[in-house]
Amino acid sequence: MDKAALAGALGSPSAFGQSQFALTRGNAFEAKVKADGGAELLRLVHARLDPAAEPPHEAAVPDLSATGPEVRTARTALALREATGAPGTWTLLDHPMLALDVAGSPAFLEPDAVVVHPDGSWTVVEIKSFPMLDGSADPAKVGAAARQAAVYVLALEEVAARLVDEETPAPRVRHRVLLVCPKDFSNLPTASAVDIRKQRAVTARQLARLTRVQDIADSLPEGVCFAPDLPPAELTAAVESVQAAYAPECLAACELAFHCRDRSRAAGAVTALGRPVRAELGGLTTVDDVLSAARGESGDPDDPAVAALRRAAALRAEALAAAGRDITLATTGVGVAPCR
Amino acid sequence: MTAPAFDPGTAATRATDAILHDTLYGTHRGVVVDSPPGAGKSTLVVRAALELADAGRPLMVVAQTNAQVDDLVLRLAEKNPELPVGRLHSSDADPYDTALDDLPQVRKSAKAADLTGLPVVISTAAKWAHVTVDEPWRHAIVDEAYQMRSDSLLAVAGLFERALFVGDPGQLDPFAIVGSEQWAGLSYDPSASAVTTLLAHNPDLPQHRLPVSWRLPASAAPLVSDAFYPYTPFRSGTDHGDRRLTFAVPSDGSGPDRVIDEAASSGWGLLELPARHTPRTDPEAVRAVATVVRRLLDRGGAAVSERSPDPAPLTADRIAVGTAHRDQAAAVRSALAELGAADVTVDTANRLQGREYDVTVVLHPLSGRPDATAFHLETGRLCVLASRHRQACIMICRAGVTDLLDDYPSTEPVQLGTVVKFPDGWEANHTVLAHLAEHRVSLRP
Amino acid sequence: MSLIATLARLEAVSTGRARPAATVRHRRLSDRPLVFVPLTTAGEAGAPLGALAGTDRDAPRLLVVPQPRDRDLRFAFLAELSDVVLPYVDSYAESVEAAERTETDPETGKRVKVEVELCADAPQLIVPSHAGVEFVRLLGRSMRFRRTVEQDPEAPYPAPPRVPLLGRWLTHFGERARVPGSSLLLAMTELLARHWATGQSGLEDQHLGALLAWIDPPAGETGAEAALRAELAREEGQLVCPPAGPATDPAFDNKLLAPAIERYDRARTALAAAEDGLQADDRLGELTAAERQIHDLVLSRTLPTWEKVWAGIDLLRALPEGAHVEERWTRDRWSFTGHRDRVLAGEPPQPRRDDAVTAANKLATREREQARLEAQEALDDPLVMAGRRLAGEAFAGEVVDVVMAYSEGKRPSPRPLVTVRTDDRPHLGERAKVYRSLGGKPQSAEFAGYEGEGLVVLRILDKMGRGKEPEAGSVPETGDRLCFTLFEHEQRGGAKLPDPEETPWTHGGPPGEAAPETPDTVTEEDVL
Repeated sequence: MDKAALAGALGSPSAFGQSQFALTRGNAFEAKVKADGGAELLRLVHARLDPAAEPPHEAAVPDLSATGPEVRTARTALALREATGAPGTWTLLDHPMLALDVAGSPAFLEPDAVVVHPDGSWTVVEIKSFPMLDGSADPAKVGAAARQAAVYVLALEEVAARLVDEETPAPRVRHRVLLVCPKDFSNLPTASAVDIRKQRAVTARQLARLTRVQDIADSLPEGVCFAPDLPPAELTAAVESVQAAYAPECLAACELAFHCRDRSRAAGAVTALGRPVRAELGGLTTVDDVLSAARGESGDPDDPAVAALRRAAALRAEALAAAGRDITLATTGVGVAPCR
Repeated sequence: MTAPAFDPGTAATRATDAILHDTLYGTHRGVVVDSPPGAGKSTLVVRAALELADAGRPLMVVAQTNAQVDDLVLRLAEKNPELPVGRLHSSDADPYDTALDDLPQVRKSAKAADLTGLPVVISTAAKWAHVTVDEPWRHAIVDEAYQMRSDSLLAVAGLFERALFVGDPGQLDPFAIVGSEQWAGLSYDPSASAVTTLLAHNPDLPQHRLPVSWRLPASAAPLVSDAFYPYTPFRSGTDHGDRRLTFAVPSDGSGPDRVIDEAASSGWGLLELPARHTPRTDPEAVRAVATVVRRLLDRGGAAVSERSPDPAPLTADRIAVGTAHRDQAAAVRSALAELGAADVTVDTANRLQGREYDVTVVLHPLSGRPDATAFHLETGRLCVLASRHRQACIMICRAGVTDLLDDYPSTEPVQLGTVVKFPDGWEANHTVLAHLAEHRVSLRP
Repeated sequence: MSLIATLARLEAVSTGRARPAATVRHRRLSDRPLVFVPLTTAGEAGAPLGALAGTDRDAPRLLVVPQPRDRDLRFAFLAELSDVVLPYVDSYAESVEAAERTETDPETGKRVKVEVELCADAPQLIVPSHAGVEFVRLLGRSMRFRRTVEQDPEAPYPAPPRVPLLGRWLTHFGERARVPGSSLLLAMTELLARHWATGQSGLEDQHLGALLAWIDPPAGETGAEAALRAELAREEGQLVCPPAGPATDPAFDNKLLAPAIERYDRARTALAAAEDGLQADDRLGELTAAERQIHDLVLSRTLPTWEKVWAGIDLLRALPEGAHVEERWTRDRWSFTGHRDRVLAGEPPQPRRDDAVTAANKLATREREQARLEAQEALDDPLVMAGRRLAGEAFAGEVVDVVMAYSEGKRPSPRPLVTVRTDDRPHLGERAKVYRSLGGKPQSAEFAGYEGEGLVVLRILDKMGRGKEPEAGSVPETGDRLCFTLFEHEQRGGAKLPDPEETPWTHGGPPGEAAPETPDTVTEEDVL
């Protein structure tokens, strides 16, 4: 589903998209990391994750190209089986394809690389273009990379489980992945091992839950269809029927967030102001309900949320009165010049 | 082949002997001891202190709070009333427990110089940080070392040559009131726990753990161990049937009485209120907590344990209520006062650390919340609340917390180079809830 | 978020305008701040695209890197930036006043007072948003280990002379900005969000245009409408209100900037290949035009933000300064003077990572400053105090009774009992200490009990003079309206940590002789 196109058709186009500068740089960096049969990448895997193993002087780089995700997935599984069955060698799988069962249907995933160690264990490699500066990197971006890698690890574990037969146990999928980034202000690669056990546990649980509720799609009314060329009213109605719990964090993550925000604001939902806002409001969920409770026009005074609101309103009014004036009057009233 | 029967007493003695051996005769500068809830940490500290004193090695003891310091002084005095002990205290008003005034062998002073030459000197980390010495102590014991911050250890580590570090890794982590991200991943991150830094710089130090919880009953140890100590499991020192909780007055069939009976028979009880978003001081939940406590007192409870084969009455001092927030504790206190049960301890997880009761009643940190913040998900908070009891623990909670957890998967940022704290609160919460669900009693107020 | 702040946001939603979140200004605003509006290149670490900078709102200096991936052009930008920033910094370094500082005498080990210089005022950098603060830090980091030809004739790709020094100063500004309540480097969005509550979330408040739209919407428009326009309105595919940076909008990069840079690259290649003077002249003309176009593009994306930062300064200047702001600014002046002295003394640049002792000292300072800030903001601003009262950390009320009492002992001192009637609900434990401000100094009292619903009895403990009878005006009188806090007004100094060379074994032992930090490895290709 193309969420950006859908958002545009709903009348709330999003600001998503990627700068071609970032794209170019990202591709160039990945190519540099994987140059010479992945020599540098394998060196980093060896140094950071498996220093006791034989250094990777030469490595197998099987050809995984094929048409169609199903065929590529099969090729990947085959290559993994072969690599695992050849102890003592390093194998680099460049852009393998993995399938993960999400709520009953396969989702195809393409990690940047998977490395098979001489001991037959597998490592997920993520190549990112944000820098590692003095050994640390933007924690939000590392967190996102870890969650992404956790999904690959789960998918690999499914592949590994299928390789079991009477003689061979399932290959080990390592729970420390390798994150490769440019070093400081250069385009030279550096890497850090990231423990993804937490993210893996969370993702596994989320996936199990999706399967349990048989996918969001199943909970939708029959005949719902998200096609951007539907008339806006129909489209809006279709999207409304999906229970979306909008919160401001969505803005950074989803193309449809501006649309959801419009709806959330129109409904007067307090969560449009951020999830923490709701923490002290108890059962009050709309702006009008809260303000009217604070003014003493509604609400049960024995409800601690209502009582606290009234005390807060009284204290706030007292403080503003003590300050002697309403501060908003101090603004120009003319308005900051709109952008030209 | 059958495994030899696990004898908790032997296992614990073996562990303690090894710890004392390393402490007294080992070559390393430090010894680290992990102690799960109720595993006899204080007993170990007191014993180690006495043996070091016996061996004629001047000893300083570092604890984290004044209450912990005073408690240690009293325990030492109980074991050896002859041993001269120095209690170094602050110059604030009421700096120490007045019970210390009754002990002639305990010298108290705000100046370290006044206590020179005593075999044992005890104080808080904060006070020790202001002490300077020409000659360091031969030995130190650092108590609650997992609750001590790395920078706090930095301030006192110059005072001793070698040390025994004892603490519970599962309890609440120390925290900073400002951001400390810029040091994340550094071995000496000042906001990390003292043990984290110590082991990062001295990975070869002997590490021991106390394998037996003498507090937690056989019904509780497996859950607490699985949920909070998956890599360092421990056992209960007592077996099923060694402890028993009975009530003279039979159940009146109400929710509170039914959950009390469930907890009395299984060690756990969950009193579940209908799902609803509530303020922190949810009046229905607060009332439910107070009612359960009132009924515990009214029903003539009696506890049998290895300590007292004769049933000991379940009195107000053997019951505690635990909450996440101070205002919740205040609300429960006033509800209890209305029911005439004001003498039952009500406190937050932070303040209940290290304490022990027969029965605890806990207002679940996530009950009624519309969101799950890092504070509420912190592993240590739930661990403290779920591990204070000798007989039974009763949780009061709104329905829907499992869904809340699923809506708030941990999407925490990740700092490169930091050791992942395991298990994380999200998963531990799920584990505990899944277990409690088997002991659920629904309440429709 | 406190319930009072939540209410203010909800009021903003319903009135369509931001509501006050403070009644005084809690940060220093310099009379002559240096505003810095940088842009960066997507996907590159520390490759600036351009900036507007300066102290004169009507005459910003435009700095542009026409090809951000070209090292020489980046250096030219940084050299120009140092021409703007360093003279500004220097102008504050010269005017000093005499001050006293307590130092440890290296001979005797005693604490002695020494007379030192303190800069009479300090520079102030203002950037549009928090991302701007991060970018200042990044620029500082990228420059301070560079080598100039003077420092190292062999250095590959030597930096222009004053660039490493600029790096050290920007690093200092960036590091100081982590200290709560400091004002050497400020982000306009954070300043505005501290003083006004909008009808949107804190996340959306990071958009300078949207934030200002709520605080001061154009006539006839609500804050919500104006903010939405600021966030999303586009003309010909471009945002009408460009992001405050340093990141640019991808649509701008792809549709406008990329073609302009390509044109520039082509023109440069063509000029290099020119075969004679006449052809070179022509091609130089094209290169100049191409460069002009990039300049115009950068200006078009920075000027709106520049104007907004100044509009924000206007709004903030209209607020009276909080009473304790001057004291905190003095700490900023100490910080500035200290760095000036380190630079003058020829000390090396700040290391990449702090040692154990420095990190612990910084954390201790910041925690102390955080506590100080929270106390001072509450004392300076009734609206902040209202939040503390709601949280049970302070209470206000009227004195209804005063009973004289004395301490026991040989020399009885006054310990008057004061009964205060309050509607607040402070969390008072047994003998809890409380404080009130008496002539700018805290007077402490202890909670002696309740005398009935809402009647708090306090025992006053100090600030009453040395005599048997309290000094005039030192004891509250019936009818006084007072505010007591459960938190302390002043912060105690922390424990002294060991010197770095005495780092204990628990923390890795002494770090050893400080090796000079090596310069960063660089990409060999001239163009990244």
